[in-house]
Amino acid sequence: MLSGIHPETVLAKGQSGPSGGKAAPPRAAKAVSKKRDEDVSTEAGEGADEHAAVKTLVKPPDQLELTEAKRAYKPVSYVDQMAIHFSLNGNMILKDSDEGRRQSIRLNAAAEKAPIETSAGTSEEAEIKDEESAGDTQAAGEEEAEEAGTAEVTEADEAEEPPPPKVKEQKLANQFNFIERATRTLNNPLRDRACQSEPTPCKDFSATANQWKIYDAYVEELQKMERSKEKEKPKAQIAKKEEEKKKGRKLTSLDLQKSSHRRKENLKMMREATLIQIKALTTNECGRKGHSLSCVKDDKFLFSVVTVEEVMLCGQPSVPSSSLKMKGSVKAVSDDITKISKAAKIMERMVNQNIFDDIAQDFKYFEDASDEYRDQQGTLLPLWKFQYEKTKRLAVTAISWNPKYKDLFAVGYGSYDFMKQGQGMLLLYTMKNPSFPEYVFSSESGIMCLDFHNDRPYLVAVGFYDGNVAIYNLKKATSQPSYKSSAKSGKHTEPVWQRNGPHEKGEAVKVITSIHLDLTVAFDPGSHSDIPITEAEKYELGCGTSFDFHKKIDYLFLVGTEEGKIYKCSKCYSSQFLDVFEAHHMAVDSVSWNPYHLKVFISCSSDWTVKIWDHTIKTPMFVFDLNSAVGDVAWSPYSSTVFAAVTTDGKAHVFDLSINKYEALCTQLVVAKKKNKITHIQFNPVYPVVIIGDERGHVISLKLSPNLRKMPKAKKGQEVKKGPEVEIPKLDKLLNLVREPESNGGK
Amino acid sequence: MADTGEGKKEEADYKRLHSFPLIRHTDMPEEMRVEAMELCVTACEKYATNNESAAKMIKEMMDKKFGSSWHVVIGEGFGFEITHEVKNLLYMFFGGSLAVCVWKCS
Repeated sequence: MLSGIHPETVLAKGQSGPSGGKAAPPRAAKAVSKKRDEDVSTEAGEGADEHAAVKTLVKPPDQLELTEAKRAYKPVSYVDQMAIHFSLNGNMILKDSDEGRRQSIRLNAAAEKAPIETSAGTSEEAEIKDEESAGDTQAAGEEEAEEAGTAEVTEADEAEEPPPPKVKEQKLANQFNFIERATRTLNNPLRDRACQSEPTPCKDFSATANQWKIYDAYVEELQKMERSKEKEKPKAQIAKKEEEKKKGRKLTSLDLQKSSHRRKENLKMMREATLIQIKALTTNECGRKGHSLSCVKDDKFLFSVVTVEEVMLCGQPSVPSSSLKMKGSVKAVSDDITKISKAAKIMERMVNQNIFDDIAQDFKYFEDASDEYRDQQGTLLPLWKFQYEKTKRLAVTAISWNPKYKDLFAVGYGSYDFMKQGQGMLLLYTMKNPSFPEYVFSSESGIMCLDFHNDRPYLVAVGFYDGNVAIYNLKKATSQPSYKSSAKSGKHTEPVWQRNGPHEKGEAVKVITSIHLDLTVAFDPGSHSDIPITEAEKYELGCGTSFDFHKKIDYLFLVGTEEGKIYKCSKCYSSQFLDVFEAHHMAVDSVSWNPYHLKVFISCSSDWTVKIWDHTIKTPMFVFDLNSAVGDVAWSPYSSTVFAAVTTDGKAHVFDLSINKYEALCTQLVVAKKKNKITHIQFNPVYPVVIIGDERGHVISLKLSPNLRKMPKAKKGQEVKKGPEVEIPKLDKLLNLVREPESNGGK
Repeated sequence: MADTGEGKKEEADYKRLHSFPLIRHTDMPEEMRVEAMELCVTACEKYATNNESAAKMIKEMMDKKFGSSWHVVIGEGFGFEITHEVKNLLYMFFGGSLAVCVWKCS
């Protein structure tokens, strides 16, 4: 505003019309700012003229100039490309120049005159509009001077006049487009918020600290420490003793077992590992007893576990658990081992479960998926193999599942070779522990047959080669049979437990039946309490090898003989038989009633054949030739048409008559060795598993693939019926197919 | 003379035997307890004659390690009833004659 007042500024600016030293400078300032707008239009007209004049001077770029001297074109080195369209001089005046000095003097004078007005003028710029008219009139005279000024600008820049000195107190707003604006925003009201946290939980505590209290506390603590020290001492002594004993025993066990060095090392490691667990067990078992006692127990434990470990390590049992009980350093407190036996057994089973985990998984879940792509054929999946060191040289002569415990079975060992008769063995295995038998009984004579009691699954009847019959009670710990017959009645080869029929008096009466090689069948009914043989009925027959009681008609039974005949007998007539089947050309190895169909039985023989009979018809219904002597045949418990047979060439055959009447669904080599023969086969009553015994004393369990236990498919909307109602017609239907052509043929 | 000799011997025995820290009452977690106990032992051994300095040291260290407002009382005989934050109390004996009570209450 200061500069605006000065008339010289007109030269530089053109538009900023100075008020020319008028009496009211603030007024003039306002007028100037307004006039600027008006001048823009007028100046535009002038600018056009100027521009035209300047344009003629401007040369195009890349000019060539014809030089007179050389007579050639020469590029012009520098062309002034700049065209000034508009120039504007600042309104500043140098403070020290004459102009400046003059103006400042004048200004001071003006300020002294009307200081209030100037200040008011600056602040009230917004009111310009009201004073427009006044401004215009003032500025009119000045415009002429302006034009002269513009001309000066184009000619040269000499127009720079010294600006008047500024008055510091007054701040100049931009006079071209300065607008002061202000607005108020809403201030949000403030609010208070507070929350309380839960106080930290506190407790009160009070005590009094005195010298005597401190003393008492220390004395008490010292006494406690002494007591615990005393406890530790005997423990350390015990540990020492144990180590000594361990060393001693290691030697003896070495002598006994003649085990290799490596095995010994393994044993040692495992022993140490299990020692801890066992200690825990013992302390649990007899924690209340004195230290010395538990020390002895620890030792015993050690021993039993070592044997268990050996079994697991070599996969072959070395010492039967029953005999184990008698051995070792148990003499001192011999009954104590029984306390451990249960724990040890559980542990043994746990270890076995881990070792044979994959087999157990197979047993439970594996179904041969390839069966879907085979039409009818099935396979047998080998599961556990049961073997026991002492029965390596013995043949499996009988196997039987326990009727109550579905995983338990008994195996009888003996020899079929007449020249090589020796001792016998009765082992009871469970599928839960394939590495070691649950029960071990040894006998002087070879076992020829065995069976469980149906109602009392803890009783096993055994027939020996020397003709005796014995009953073992699994509940009793002794290794001797609870009953053994004398040899006076001659040689028996097969005893069987039979459940007593309803017509007999007394519930607990049972019958032992055995066939004598001297052509007799004997019934030995006896009361359960002390198992005496009260009565024996003898039947004069051929040289019996096998027999089976009818499932429903309890007086009816079949006897297979060495000369190949099968006799149908009744208990009512001891001297006569009801019927004779000329069944086989060689010894009948096995006869068995169908579990569902009351009329049907099966027989197998060394003449390579398996035959299925209707006991009312003298000719066989089906004949299968298996190309090798058939050792055993068994009906399956789940279907009336399924049976399995084993042949001496090491094969197992599984038939399902409802699927194929001529060929086996599965013929599988089970025993690899050539000299080995399969002797017996049995179906598990519940699981799809068969066990097969061979001449080398092994028992193999095999799982039947899904095709071998396929049930007829259910039609839509029909429920699948199970049980005898379905099974009997199924077999009947098959039999009818066979009967008719026979009757037509006049047989 | 003999008596006093014996008395001295006994006292020495007592001092030797009872030099270990004995915690009478604490509800601190295991880790904290061990640390606090060791701190008390160090402090009491360092300032065996000046319980105030020992207490000051314990307090400062505890404040530093477990957050502020710990209180420490060390003395041969005193009774107290305090309110402490749960799991922040240690009352122990040390050296056969000193009782140390450390607690937090902010």
